[in-house]
Amino acid sequence: MTVQTKVILAVCYIILAPVVIGLLDGFDRKISARMQGRKGPSVLQPFYDLKKLFEKEALCANRAQLFLIRSYLMFIMLSGVLFFAGYDLLLVVFALSTSAVFLILAATSTHSPFSSQGTHRELAQIMACEPMELLVAVGFYLATVPRTFNVEFISKSFSPNIIYLPGFFIGFVFILTIKFRKSPFDISTSHHAHQEVVKGVTAEMVGREYALVTLAEWYESAVLYGIVGLFFMSRNPFSIVYAIIAILVVWFLEIVIDNTSARVKWQLMLKLAWGVTIIAAGMNLFLLEIIRSNIR
Amino acid sequence: MEALVTALICLPFLWAIFPAVIHNSKCRAFFVYLGCGIIMVLSVYTAVQWYLSGGQPLNFSLPYQETFDHVYLAGDIFLMCLIIYLSFKYKKYIISVLAVVGTLVPAFLEVWGPEIKEVPTMRFDWLTFVMVIIIGVVGTLIGIYAVGYMHGYHIHHHKELKDRRSFFLAMVFVFYGAMFGLVSSASLTSMYFFWEITSVTSFLLIGYTRTQEAIDNSFRALWMNLLGGCGIATAITVGYLWFDTVNLFEFLRLVKISPDSVKCLLPIIVLAFAALTKSAQFPFSGWLLGAMVAPTPSSALLHSATMVKAGVYLLIRLSPAMADNYVGNMVALIGGFTFLVSSCLAISASDGKKVLAYSTISNLGLIVACTGCGYEETLWAALFLVIFHAVSKSMLFQCVGAIENTTGSRDIEDMQGLMTIFPKLAFILLVGIAGMFLAPFGMLISKWAALKAFIDTHSAYVSTLMIVFICFGSATTMFYWTKWMSKIIGVSPREQSRDLTKKNEYISMFFHAIMMVALILGFPWLSKTILKPLSKEMFGAVEQVISYENIIIMIVLLVGVFVVPIVNFIGTKNKKARTVLTYMGGANAGDNMSFISATGEPKEMHIANFYMQDVMGEKSLFKPAIVVSSFIIIVYLIIVIGGAF
Amino acid sequence: MSTIHKSPWLLHYDGSSCNGCDIEVLACTTPVYDVERFGVINTGNPMHADIFLVTGGVNSQNASVVKQIYEQMPEPKVVIAVGTCACTGGIFKECYNIKGGADTVIPVDIYVPGCAARPESIIDGVVKGVALFKEKAAKLAASEKAN
Repeated sequence: MTVQTKVILAVCYIILAPVVIGLLDGFDRKISARMQGRKGPSVLQPFYDLKKLFEKEALCANRAQLFLIRSYLMFIMLSGVLFFAGYDLLLVVFALSTSAVFLILAATSTHSPFSSQGTHRELAQIMACEPMELLVAVGFYLATVPRTFNVEFISKSFSPNIIYLPGFFIGFVFILTIKFRKSPFDISTSHHAHQEVVKGVTAEMVGREYALVTLAEWYESAVLYGIVGLFFMSRNPFSIVYAIIAILVVWFLEIVIDNTSARVKWQLMLKLAWGVTIIAAGMNLFLLEIIRSNIR
Repeated sequence: MEALVTALICLPFLWAIFPAVIHNSKCRAFFVYLGCGIIMVLSVYTAVQWYLSGGQPLNFSLPYQETFDHVYLAGDIFLMCLIIYLSFKYKKYIISVLAVVGTLVPAFLEVWGPEIKEVPTMRFDWLTFVMVIIIGVVGTLIGIYAVGYMHGYHIHHHKELKDRRSFFLAMVFVFYGAMFGLVSSASLTSMYFFWEITSVTSFLLIGYTRTQEAIDNSFRALWMNLLGGCGIATAITVGYLWFDTVNLFEFLRLVKISPDSVKCLLPIIVLAFAALTKSAQFPFSGWLLGAMVAPTPSSALLHSATMVKAGVYLLIRLSPAMADNYVGNMVALIGGFTFLVSSCLAISASDGKKVLAYSTISNLGLIVACTGCGYEETLWAALFLVIFHAVSKSMLFQCVGAIENTTGSRDIEDMQGLMTIFPKLAFILLVGIAGMFLAPFGMLISKWAALKAFIDTHSAYVSTLMIVFICFGSATTMFYWTKWMSKIIGVSPREQSRDLTKKNEYISMFFHAIMMVALILGFPWLSKTILKPLSKEMFGAVEQVISYENIIIMIVLLVGVFVVPIVNFIGTKNKKARTVLTYMGGANAGDNMSFISATGEPKEMHIANFYMQDVMGEKSLFKPAIVVSSFIIIVYLIIVIGGAF
Repeated sequence: MSTIHKSPWLLHYDGSSCNGCDIEVLACTTPVYDVERFGVINTGNPMHADIFLVTGGVNSQNASVVKQIYEQMPEPKVVIAVGTCACTGGIFKECYNIKGGADTVIPVDIYVPGCAARPESIIDGVVKGVALFKEKAAKLAASEKAN
C-alpha cells in the first residue's frame, strides 16, 4: 500500500466509522424493539442523541474529566487509524488498552460512588478481555505466511485466516459481547439506559462529555468489527464481501444475545471470559504451534 | 581502564568506613553525598571512557591479582564465620550448614584442588557498561535519598528504634562495591565473593530495625540467597573437576561448541538456579516480600538497581547458552509463571510497598522469561526492561517512602486524591506508574518484543505457555496499576498539610523522573547505540528487532501520551461549565464526600478499590504457586543433573 | 434544523406516591405504549436527563433530594408532574409530612392529572414536554448567541 492509500483509509475511518457504527446502532435498536414487539425509534436515533448531547449545557463534577475524556477519544482514534491504515496489530491492541486508562481516570476523578463502582467493574472487564485481544494478535501472527503483525499483510494472506483460527474467533466474539456492553455483561456501564450502578463509568459525564465517550465507543467498535472482518480477509478481492457478511452476522448475534440473556455478575464474567479464552484460543494456539513445529 | 575498574570496586568499600565511624549527622551526610557523587562520576566516567575507546570487550586481570585472590578467600571465610555466628545467636542453626558447605568446598578446591589454566579474571563489555551506569546513577541517587529519608524515619516516625544510621549508610556503600565487582567479574571465584557480600549485606539491611519480624525476614532472605550461592559453588566445583576452568565465559563457550552435551549444561543450570533465587523468582519470592520491613531506601536499593539486578545480570550473561534447551525452558517457564502469579498477587495487596514488591517480582519474571528464551529480540527486551525497571522502580519506592513519611500511611486506600493535597508527590508517582505499564513507555516496548520472540520459540509447549502467561499477565498488571492510578487523581477527603519530604529526596526523585522521560524519548537512540552492539557482542549478528515503521508508530504514541493530555488540558482549561455535585441519589450532604444517611445524619462516604482477596489473595495463590514452581525447577534440575552423569 | 426534540431522555423520580403512577410510567415503556418510538429513554441519571418526571408528592425528607436532582440536570430541561399527588399533593396533602406537589420545591412545566395518571395521558404530557423542550432549547441557543 502506498502512503496515499494509507492516508485515504485513515481519513475514511475517521469520517465513516461514526456514521457506519451509528447506523448499525440505530438498526440494533430498531431490531431489538421489533424482537420485543415494539415499533422502536428511528434508525437515526443514535445521531439525534449524539447531537442533543452536544447541545446540552456543560456541567462538571470535576474539571479533570473533560480533558481526560478527550484524550480517551483521541487515543482510540489513533489506534483505529493505525488499524485501518494497516499497521501493527499488536500496537493497535496496546493503544486501545492505553486509551481505556484515560476513561478510567476520567471516571474516578469525580470520586462519585456510582462512577467509581463502575470503574472497578470496567477494570475487571478490561482484565477479562485483554488476554483475548492480545491472543488474537498472536493468532494472526502465527497464521499468516510469512509471520507478521502487520494488518495490511494479514489482510492479504493466501487464504482467510479463519481456517486456522476458529478458536480465536470464538473467543473473540465472546469478549465482543463484553466490549460492546451488551446485556449479559453490562457491568461497568450498559448501552441500555438503566442499570444497577446508574450509568457506571459514564454516570458523571454530562452533555458534551458523554457525547465524546459515545463517539469514542463507536470508533472502538469500528476497530473491533474490523478485527472480526480481518478473520475473513484474504488475497481474493471478494473476501471483503465475506468479511462484511461476517461482521453483520456477528452484529446480529450480539443483538440476539442482548435480547435473550439476563445479566451476570462481574465474578462470573471474569471466570467465563478467561475460561473461554483459555479453552478456545489456548487450544487453538497450541494446535497451531504443534502444526508449525511439525512442518519445520 | 584496569585501574579505573579497580578503583570503582575498591572505593565504595573503603568509603564505607566514613559513614561507619562518623556519628555527627551533618558531617556524615556530607561524606555520604560526597561519596555518592564521586561514585556516580567515577562510574559514568569509567563507562564513557570505555565507550570512547571503541566499545570492545576488555578482558583483564586486576592489578595484584594474587592479593585479590587471597582477599576473596579470606573474605569468604570471614562471611562464613559471620553467618555462623549470627545464625547461632538467633538460633537458626540450619543456615550455618548452607554457609559452611557453600564456602568450604570451593575454598578447598581453590587451595588444594587441581591447577587450572590462567585466564583474565575480569571483563568489561557492553553489559557491564549498562550495569555500571545503572548502579552508579540509580544506586547512588538512592544513597542521596537515604540520608534525608533516614533522618525523617528516626526523628519523626520511629523514635522507638535504635538509631543505627551509620551502619545503614556504610552497608549501602558496601553494596555498591559488591555490585560493581559482580558485574565486572569474569571469574566465578570473584563473582561468588561479591555475590555472597550482596547476600549478607542485604540480610543485614533487612534486619536493620531488629524487630522480630525484621529478624525473621532477614534470615529468610539469607537462607534463600545462600541456597542460590550454593549453586555458584557447585558451578565452581564442577568447573574445577571437569572443565579445568572457573571462568564464566569459558562455560558459555563450551555450551556453544557442544550444544547437545548435557554435561556442559550442568554449570549453566546451577548458575541459572542461583540467579533465580537472587532475582526472587518463584518459589524464592518470599525473601523480597519480606525485605519490605526494612526502611524504604534499602527496599529501593534491593528492588531496583542492585541485588535483584545481580540475578538478572547473571541470567542475561547466560542467555546465549539457554536458547532452546532445558535450562532455557526452565528459566523461561519460571519467569513467565512468576510474571503471571505475582501480578495476580499484586491485585490483592493494598499496601503500596507490597504492590511495588510484587510488581518488581512480576517484572523480573518477564525479564527472566526473556533471558530464558535466549534470542536476540528477547535479550533486547530484557535489557530494556532492566533499564526502565531500575529507574521507574527506584523512583516509585522513593515516592512511596516520601508519601509514608508525609502522610503517615503507605496504604493505597489512604492515597485518595493525593493529586490535590501533595501534587508534587502525586506527579512523581503518576510518572512512575505510567512508566510501568502504559503504552508506549518502556515496559510495553519490551513486552511487545518479548511476545514476538516467544511465538518464535522452538518448543511448542513452552511457546504456548509463555504466550498465555504474558497475555494474562499483562491484563492483571494493567488492573493493579490502573486502580492505583485512579486513586491518586480526584478529590481528597483530607486537608492539605505540610509536605515533610526533604529537599534531597525531591532532588533524587525529580532526577529520576527526568531520567525516565529522557529514556523514553531517547529509546531509538538507546537501542541503536547501546543495545545493538550489545547483542552483536553476545550473538554475533545484528538484526533489526523493531522495524523502522514501528519505531515511528511508537514515537507517535509516545508523543500522543504526552501531548494529547496536555493539549486537551489547555484546550479545556477555560471551558465554561457549571460545577455540580456528583450523583449520590440526591442525598449528598452538601459536598462530594458525605451523604445523608438513613438516620438523617451526614455520613462520610468511603470508596475502596477491588482487591479480589478470595481469588487473587495470598492465601489462595501463594502456596500453590510455590509448589508448582518448585516442581518445575526440581524436574529440570533432575533432568540436567541426571543427564550429566 | 434543530433535532433536539427527537431525543428526550427521561428521569423518573418517585416521591411519596402510592406507586400507582410509577407503574403507569413504566407501562409507557412496554410494547403496548412503546414510548421509545419518540426517542425517549428512561435513564436513571439526572446528568443525562432532559425531562424530569416526578410522581408522588414532596415530603420534608425528599424535598432536598428533588431539588438537588433538578440542579444536577443540565439545561435545557423540562419538569413534568405526573399524577394528582405530584400536581397538588393529592389525597396525602393534609399529612403532617407532606409539603404538597412537586411545584413546592422546583418549577414544574407540565401537569399530568389523574389518579393514577393513565399511560395515554402520561404520553400526552411527555409529548407536550418534548415540544416545550424544543422551545427551551431554541431559547437557550438564542441567548447563548446573544452573549
